Amino acid sequence: MKKSIFLGTLAVAGLAAGLASAQTLADVQARGSLKCGSNEGLAGFAFPDANGNMQGFDVALCRAIAAATLGDAQAVEFVPLTSQTRFTALAAGEVDVLVRNSTWTFTRDNDLGLDFVGVNYYDGQGFMVRKDLGVSSARELDGATVCIQTGTTTELNLADFFRVNAISYEPVPVATNAEGQQQYLAGACDVYTTDISGLAATRATFENAGDHVILPEVVSKEPLGPVVRHGDNAWGDIVRWTLFALLAAEEHEITSANVREIASAATDNPEINRMLGTEGELGQKLGLSSDWIVNVISSVGNYGEIFEAYIGENTPVGLARGLNAQWTNGGLMYAMPFN
Amino acid sequence: MSNQSTVAFVRREILPPAPPPPGQAGVVKWMRENLFSSVTNTLLTILSIYLIWSVLSAIMPWTLNGIWAAGSLSECREIRDARGLESAACWAVINERWLQLLFGFYPTDDRLLSSLFYADQLAAAGGLEAVFGAGSNATDRIAFVNAMKAELSNLTIFFFGYWRPLVAVLLLVVAVAPILYASLPRGMLLFSLAYPFIGVFLFWGGSVWGPVMVALGIVASLYIGRFVAAGYGMLGGGLAAVAAFIIIFLNPLPFIDHGGLFPLLPHVKGLAASVIPLGLPAIPSDQFGGFMLAIIIGTSGIVLSLPIGILLALGRQSNMPFIRWVCVTFIEVIRGVPLIVWLFVASTLLKYFLPPGSSFDALLRVIILVTLFASAYIAEVVRGGLAALPKGQYEAADSLGLDYWKSMQLIVLPQALKISIPGIVNTFIGLFKDTTLVVFVGLRDPLGLTNAIRATSEWNGIYWELYIFVALLFFTFCFFMSRYSMYLERKLQTDRR
Repeated sequence: MKKSIFLGTLAVAGLAAGLASAQTLADVQARGSLKCGSNEGLAGFAFPDANGNMQGFDVALCRAIAAATLGDAQAVEFVPLTSQTRFTALAAGEVDVLVRNSTWTFTRDNDLGLDFVGVNYYDGQGFMVRKDLGVSSARELDGATVCIQTGTTTELNLADFFRVNAISYEPVPVATNAEGQQQYLAGACDVYTTDISGLAATRATFENAGDHVILPEVVSKEPLGPVVRHGDNAWGDIVRWTLFALLAAEEHEITSANVREIASAATDNPEINRMLGTEGELGQKLGLSSDWIVNVISSVGNYGEIFEAYIGENTPVGLARGLNAQWTNGGLMYAMPFN
Repeated sequence: MSNQSTVAFVRREILPPAPPPPGQAGVVKWMRENLFSSVTNTLLTILSIYLIWSVLSAIMPWTLNGIWAAGSLSECREIRDARGLESAACWAVINERWLQLLFGFYPTDDRLLSSLFYADQLAAAGGLEAVFGAGSNATDRIAFVNAMKAELSNLTIFFFGYWRPLVAVLLLVVAVAPILYASLPRGMLLFSLAYPFIGVFLFWGGSVWGPVMVALGIVASLYIGRFVAAGYGMLGGGLAAVAAFIIIFLNPLPFIDHGGLFPLLPHVKGLAASVIPLGLPAIPSDQFGGFMLAIIIGTSGIVLSLPIGILLALGRQSNMPFIRWVCVTFIEVIRGVPLIVWLFVASTLLKYFLPPGSSFDALLRVIILVTLFASAYIAEVVRGGLAALPKGQYEAADSLGLDYWKSMQLIVLPQALKISIPGIVNTFIGLFKDTTLVVFVGLRDPLGLTNAIRATSEWNGIYWELYIFVALLFFTFCFFMSRYSMYLERKLQTDRR
């Protein structure tokens, strides 16, 4: 409670600061680099390779925004943020955009003076238990000890789920995913709960992954997406439409391999032409160059390519598209039309 | 033969010295005295040996059988199973990532690396300017650097890619040595004074004229003060020095002279840089990380907090109420709030109080906060030393006719600081370890980097090896500090105990 008052106060002050400088695009272009608030380390979503270059599903979105605004996907400064500091850092202007697997909720969108501009991954909270516990449903977890990350929405969801089902649990608070894994493996808790993508990534690293099961219940909606400061709508539009461009490119089968070829001349599809700048002036309306989507797709690929490269079924994280498939394939990924 | 038994035996030669009977010398005696002197002690000894053995037998095979060459944790596990080992450390992660743990994401000197070790490919790619020049494509450059680093060994990258922090740390050792060991030539102290500017230049880069001009500006203020003091007395000299400092470094009249002549420093610096452009690529502090960050924050905090702490301790004992209350308030406020809260203040709240648009280096903010925090503690430690001195020492200094500063400098502080050495070093060791807390304000300290390394798919699920490596790094430094304080105490022990 105290924390939320504190954060709220900060955010109100941040709102004033944000309104004072509703110039994020100009700031980014003057600086020559994008400051992207990212996870300090989350398998599949943000991690450094051996040479110190950041990689991952969330990182790719940061790079896409940099490619759209600066024409250079590498012109990103990644600011590592913890789950406790991420929103204050954004509100205080330390970062231009926050892409750190943050769940879009009412309170965060309205109370903290921030704007969620879209969803790049639909997640949900789940439970992982050891197989020999003999549990097949989360409703059988009465009296279980549960490892739970503090400062996240999962904490609240967990309390809600157990209250609705009138069963009891004993929380074991952990600070990071790494600590949670270790506590769970050491037997400090019967259940580890976090987003299903996180559980899958965690389980993939276990020596005997088969000894652990992810229970079928998905107890929450966790739409994860990029966040910007409230008050700079033009910047919010850029981030939102960069995300839509990634989705639309997959829908139109524009990939990093063929985007330059498709953009070289007008095609039969007017939406593709508008996106790639061979027809109309969509880029200019955002204050960007007309080939902004070409820059984005040629440097990071479309949404499907990013998904497959970092968290798809052929990676150690091994996630199926599920809810994150295109709307044409029964998923929820639906880019607004480029008209 | 029968009368021989009645003749008294007279020894004519001296017996050769014989070894003590078995069990009364050497290892056996030591063990009997120290380990098996009573039934209880024997039982305790056996119990302890059992405990030590059970711990070591669990740890040693894991450590010594460790696997050094592998590309991922699962590869480590395969190698371990192939060797038929029950448990084995996967040191391969250290082998691959130790540069990252030491330096974080501090950029390597890719120009130097490529021209020394990758010259053929560099020429094929079009030479230095085409790859690293101003108009070059960042994506191509990163691909080129990645390919180059894949070819080079980590040691090569360590010595040539990170030569700037390496040289800076080596020079730091040279600069600190004459302060720590009185036997070294006193002339080296001049280098110690110059080191802060050299260190800043090597770590942060930029034009060489920045640090040079700041150093010259400070020297100039001091000399102007001294020159004026010769004619107009101490007060005039002090005022002149402050005035010179202000027109060199700050804008004295921000309302009248906006963006004009003052401060002088940028003008002179710009002039010098345009005549002789010399410098290293500038590296912003958000790219600093790893153990290097702990060293930078730790040493700056230690060096700056000691004088501030001593002044605060003296101020707290002062007879002047205003100074005393300022010092007491400062110490109590800083000490009464956890360091982590101050770090959060530095990283987020400070932003709201500063004028909009002004950006204040994150690392500098942390260094300032850590210094203030440590100096409050040092002040209390030194106050303990001051309080431990008999009142007669203060009175003796007064009766010699010494003024306040002379009596402090010659009589009181040397004794008080000697008493405070263990406490001061204790505070410093604490400060050094507290530098890991900067992970919470978005700086990449070694522990934060272990998290980042674990997030890669190759090394996800690896814990002990990374933590042990970081712990060893910190232990080495803290152990040196503790040994040094013991050496200093022995050296300064003048009372006959």
